[in-house]
Amino acid sequence: MNTIEKQCPITANHIKVALVGQPNVGKSMLINSVSNAHLHVGNFSGVTVDKTEVLFDYKKYHFTVVDLPGTYAFTDYTIEERVTHDYLCAEDYDIIINVVDSTNLEKNLQLTSELLTMSKKVIIALNMSDEAEKENIIIDAEYMSELIGVPCIKVSAATKMGIANLIDAVVMKHESSKNRPKLVFSEPVEEEIAQIVWYLDKHKFQSENSYRNIAINLLKNNKRTYEELHDEPIWTELQPILIEASKHIELHHDSDDVKEAFAEEYASFNRGVVAEVVKQESVKEKKTLTEKIDNILIHPIFGIPIFLFFMWALFQLTFEIGAIPMDYIDSFFIWLGDTIGATIANDDIRSMIVDGVIAGVGAVVLFVPNIIILFIGIALLESTGYMSRVAFLLDGFFHKFGLHGQSFIPLVTGFGCSIPAYMSARILKNDRDRLLTLFIIGFMSCGARLPVYVLFAGAFFSPDMAGNILFFIYVSGAMLGLIAAKVLKLTAFKGVDEPFVMEMPKYRLPSVKLIWHTVLTKTMMYLKKAGTFIAGAAMLVWFLSNYPHNLTLQQEYASKIEMAVSESEKMHLQNKLDEALLEQSYLGSIGKFSEPIFEPLGFDWKMSVALQTGLAAKEVVVSTLGVLYALGSDVDQESNSLVTAISENISFASAIAFIVVIMIYLPCLAASIVFTREAGHIKYFFYLFFFTSVTAYVMAFIAYHITLLIV
Amino acid sequence: MKTLKDCEKACRVKVLKLNTKGDLKQRLISFGIMKEAILEVLEHAPAKSTIEVKIGKMRIALRAQEAQLIEVEKI
Ligand SMILES: Nc1nc2c(ncn2[C@@H]2O[C@H](COP(=O)(O)OP(=O)(O)OP(=O)(O)O)[C@@H](O)[C@H]2O)c(=O)[nH]1
Ligand SMILES: [Mg+2]
Repeated sequence: MNTIEKQCPITANHIKVALVGQPNVGKSMLINSVSNAHLHVGNFSGVTVDKTEVLFDYKKYHFTVVDLPGTYAFTDYTIEERVTHDYLCAEDYDIIINVVDSTNLEKNLQLTSELLTMSKKVIIALNMSDEAEKENIIIDAEYMSELIGVPCIKVSAATKMGIANLIDAVVMKHESSKNRPKLVFSEPVEEEIAQIVWYLDKHKFQSENSYRNIAINLLKNNKRTYEELHDEPIWTELQPILIEASKHIELHHDSDDVKEAFAEEYASFNRGVVAEVVKQESVKEKKTLTEKIDNILIHPIFGIPIFLFFMWALFQLTFEIGAIPMDYIDSFFIWLGDTIGATIANDDIRSMIVDGVIAGVGAVVLFVPNIIILFIGIALLESTGYMSRVAFLLDGFFHKFGLHGQSFIPLVTGFGCSIPAYMSARILKNDRDRLLTLFIIGFMSCGARLPVYVLFAGAFFSPDMAGNILFFIYVSGAMLGLIAAKVLKLTAFKGVDEPFVMEMPKYRLPSVKLIWHTVLTKTMMYLKKAGTFIAGAAMLVWFLSNYPHNLTLQQEYASKIEMAVSESEKMHLQNKLDEALLEQSYLGSIGKFSEPIFEPLGFDWKMSVALQTGLAAKEVVVSTLGVLYALGSDVDQESNSLVTAISENISFASAIAFIVVIMIYLPCLAASIVFTREAGHIKYFFYLFFFTSVTAYVMAFIAYHITLLIV
Repeated sequence: MKTLKDCEKACRVKVLKLNTKGDLKQRLISFGIMKEAILEVLEHAPAKSTIEVKIGKMRIALRAQEAQLIEVEKI
């Protein structure tokens, strides 16, 4: 759970607000617009999967707003819905803001009706008013407040319209008494309610909730209300009344399911409300814009090729545009190293700063432009509404591999970073589907692996091919993931298929500001990691690769170098010395020790070490290579860029095998921790470790030998 | 008996019955797919494995298997 801290005077009044609503109605965006928070916003159901508290001050009040995952009905169908359900039932809060989508009121009010039977103060925020206006939907908010008995405020999270009114209304409601919602049911149901109310009244039953609400909840088979009353003395008499009442209602609705009966009751009430308060000036076009776009984008034949084209274009851009500032960043860090190096007298410290920290961090920062473009691509996919379309297109295909169509959402998130991807797997209802998805998220190469790919693609392929190679790497990673899913589905996660029912949001043109914030937040996180974790790791790698000092070796070479006649011979000897020193360092010993394991894949000890340090974070692979090749083989000062060093020191086949391992093996430490938490047991981590390591090893072995044969 | 699965693109139908129980039924109902609801088939995914329907102003994707559980009549 994230908390955004803000100081507040102790004297201020506290109001705790829970934001509840169906998915994708703009709850998170509404919080962003009332505070200065930057909660994740996206145009698909299930963006928010965990509760998040945001604090802010307004006038003399101190607010705590809780963003909850969207929920279609007041149930616990998926984990994220359970978060909301449990929060509303068990936690302490003062008031509910029920956020609804003004352009789709009838459906949204279904949840509202359920909220109104809780003993809580409720305010309705009619969000997306700007969109409603564009669609010529006019809502009479005052009349609506009167009809339902709950304040209804028009707002727009996007244009910040009505936000102040909303907060004022919250304050006012907070000061005043509970609302008496005016939910009206059909006559037979009202009769049953009246009877139970009469009964409760007769026995002067003590309760916080109104008798009417208790009666409704009992008739609806609400578990909690049942539990509460179950131990009361009146229960024995109440139970037969309830059974009788349920029978009547079921009979009336010609259904054997009270929940369904109540859904119908709510629906007809809401239809009535909407008919009264909503005026749609019908300039009725036959097709909405969304449907027109969908005609192309989810076309049964062209849909998937179009998606593949978008992906290809994204990676093309990632490489092409990302390469432009690379030289500048590279020369900046060389300049930085030289400048700072010149001010440090002590050899060891200078080497640690220049060859360790600056080389390591520089190697990672070099790829920021690529990362930014990838993040922009993902942000567009998330915020336009295209995400759900691709899930729709690929569901049939995914299904063949034993995956759920909605797995697509965590999987795509995985291209950015595995951590939020593991979290968003919560949108999958079934534990088996969720675990399966968790296991293959790692196959979707995350942003941190991009640097490794760009580095190797740049080192071994011509610039106009590199983008295609990048695309190919990502697609083959995803394909491997699908195959892995199939294998797991047939072995570890056998079971029946879960239903796939998903809402397709309307297309929205994301604001530049939204994209900017999303990308900025993620990029800053990447840079912060480079400046802290990666810098620390680079320092450690530097230390391990410089110590212990070996004086005899140094003296031996020193005398040799002195005796050397030509400059080039001196240079050559110096390089040999560096290499020898590196090999007998701690890191060299580790590398040498593990070399036999990686030998069959064609890795030298430096690559082996880089893979091992990469278990901490994938960026460390690059920074380690940066440090190791900066120390070892400064062949000539002209071309000390890492790309050149890589292409000179690593064979093509080894490089391919290396990429394959990076594609498949365990994600970083932080992601592994989140994985374990989400999977629910440490044993799953060991399964994952075993599964990915073996797969990575086998695949890399095959790739290495095939490449050797071909080239 | 005609189910949603058998419907062609652009066909409009009324829901007669949901032949399912438990969670899936709850979910369908919370989407508004219940007795008397009017649905319109918007699109089929490749191989008709998944279909997109419109209910009210909402678009919903569901698999053929699920669509098969929704009994409908053409209007
Ligand atoms: N035009 C317009 N778009 C909005 C408004 N509020 C939200 N949106 C868009 O609606 C989409 C959903 O917003 P979110 O804030 O992620 O919705 P949410 O309710 O938090 O969704 P979940 O976390 O999935 O439950 C985003 O694409 C927003 O840009 C609004 O007032 N006007
Ligand atoms: Mg949200």
